[in-house]
Amino acid sequence: MTFFLIVTLNGLTLAALYFLAASGFTLIFGLMRTVNMAHGALLLLGGYVGFEVARATGVWPLGILGGGLAAAFGGALIQFGILGRFQGDELRQTLASIAISIIMADLMLWYWGGITYQVALPDALAGGFKLPLLGVGYASIRLVLIAFAVVVGITLWLIIAKTRLGAIIRAGVDDREMLRALGFDVAKIFIIVFALGGLLAGMAGVVAASALSIAPGTDLQFLLSSLVVVIVGGMGSVGGAALGALLIGLAEQYGLAYAPTYGVVFTFAIMVFVLAVRPQGLLGRSET
Amino acid sequence: MKSALFILPFALVPFFANDFWLVQIFGRALILGVIALSLTFLAAYLGVVSFAQATMAGVSGYTVAYFGPNSVDVGRELPFYVVLPLAIIMATLSGVIIGLIARRSQGIYAIMITLAVGVAFFYFTRQNYTYFNGWTGFSGIRAPEIAGTNLRDPLPFYLLIISVAMLCLMLVNGFIKSPLGLTIQAVRDAPKRVLAIGIPTTPVIVSAYAIAGFIAGSGGILNVWYQERISSFSVGLGPIVDILVIAVIGGLKHPIGAFIGALAFVLLDTFAVDFIDRERFNTLIGLVLLAIIMGAPDGLHGLAKSWLARFKKRVAENQV
Repeated sequence: MTFFLIVTLNGLTLAALYFLAASGFTLIFGLMRTVNMAHGALLLLGGYVGFEVARATGVWPLGILGGGLAAAFGGALIQFGILGRFQGDELRQTLASIAISIIMADLMLWYWGGITYQVALPDALAGGFKLPLLGVGYASIRLVLIAFAVVVGITLWLIIAKTRLGAIIRAGVDDREMLRALGFDVAKIFIIVFALGGLLAGMAGVVAASALSIAPGTDLQFLLSSLVVVIVGGMGSVGGAALGALLIGLAEQYGLAYAPTYGVVFTFAIMVFVLAVRPQGLLGRSET
Repeated sequence: MKSALFILPFALVPFFANDFWLVQIFGRALILGVIALSLTFLAAYLGVVSFAQATMAGVSGYTVAYFGPNSVDVGRELPFYVVLPLAIIMATLSGVIIGLIARRSQGIYAIMITLAVGVAFFYFTRQNYTYFNGWTGFSGIRAPEIAGTNLRDPLPFYLLIISVAMLCLMLVNGFIKSPLGLTIQAVRDAPKRVLAIGIPTTPVIVSAYAIAGFIAGSGGILNVWYQERISSFSVGLGPIVDILVIAVIGGLKHPIGAFIGALAFVLLDTFAVDFIDRERFNTLIGLVLLAIIMGAPDGLHGLAKSWLARFKKRVAENQV
């Protein structure tokens, strides 16, 4: 029983990370129909910058902020410089973002090398936390990570549901042309949303670098998990990203614990099953 | 048939090229071209950019490795005349399965789903030791000797590659004019109208993926003979993206683009080391890809076509 609960907690930790990574991805997709294949590269960039900031200042939250801002700036730059030129031509945007992610991954490999980085944790988070009921220790950072994901999820929901920017984003999802006709600068809004997506990716990168570690290849790992999460949860829906992340994170950890050889196949089976019965994803809206 | 003639210059290569150019450059380009042709076929006629071509090629490659001579003790040896059809059938089947999974998806959705399928296959091969020999994969795979001709010799191998490339191009060109091929293009243009006149779209889409699997599988057999090994990295993200890069650089609108792109890719891959640090090849290929996507969405084939059209127009104007 203890084992099962620990595996469940591990699954929740992973789900929290997947949600952080996928929320930015699905936000960008929801508004602009852009599949940002450079999302994983932005995440890794955030992780590296967060590592540098945390090492230079010694303050962990500053690392998260720095990594988030760096990736936000990177995301805005990508949308402003390249992807924004092909707005409406989704295939070309996707291919261009693949090219960008290849270049970014290679340049980051050049600068940071192939070694694994881990952000040093503040003393308060470095140890374990004795769980009530179970009576076993569990890494504090992982619990913080779960809490962080919940806070980010609620904040994101509040931004989208309650603020003016959120109203504009929702209007853009429903009818981009109408929004433009009402006199909103759609190009600027797109850049802001891209920056927001980058911010989420960058923070996820720093958190991943704290709770686990980052290395070349982390970018692809999170890009793929984001893809699967949004395919399962439904494209463009933040709630769907949360649901998808929960399903995939738990499935992966249970798979790893109870059927080690075929852990990946579980994830894949969930995706195929969802595609078969609900192609738009569990909480996604139908395209037609 | 006409576009199969574009391959003919490749047939002249053995007359002047040494073994390095014959196999490492032109042979490799044609092999990658065949696998990329499978993607270009889907992109041009079904309107779907698929990321699962390396997977389909990998399925046939693994079949050849498992049932053929290899230097790891996995699998059992069967005669080549059983293995080769089996490999093609397996690759075609993998195309059918991927088609069934992705049948309702188009555009960016299809990209994401086929990418997820491809990477799931990569992880699966890495973790399964019974059939795929996990991380290490298979090595020491040898092309067979058929009727006294050793297919490992450069010239026979090159001639085999070029015949396969030729046949695959002719297959695509012939197929798209057949009733089924025309239906595939109809599904690309207006799936609802196709449904409205009483043709179910699923079998049509799945059969397009099956053809793609057949082509990629043929390329996969050649590729595993060329590499002499196969492991999870042969079906990982690297090769998946390479195939996409080749198809996009060459141009997704016309089957011949796959071969143009493959030749450009192989030349870059082989000789870029003379200009830049070997380690930074990915930056170079990324920049080339970005330049093509931004400047010439129809790839090198589209560029050549528009230059040719402009040249013809100028000639015509001069004559007036």
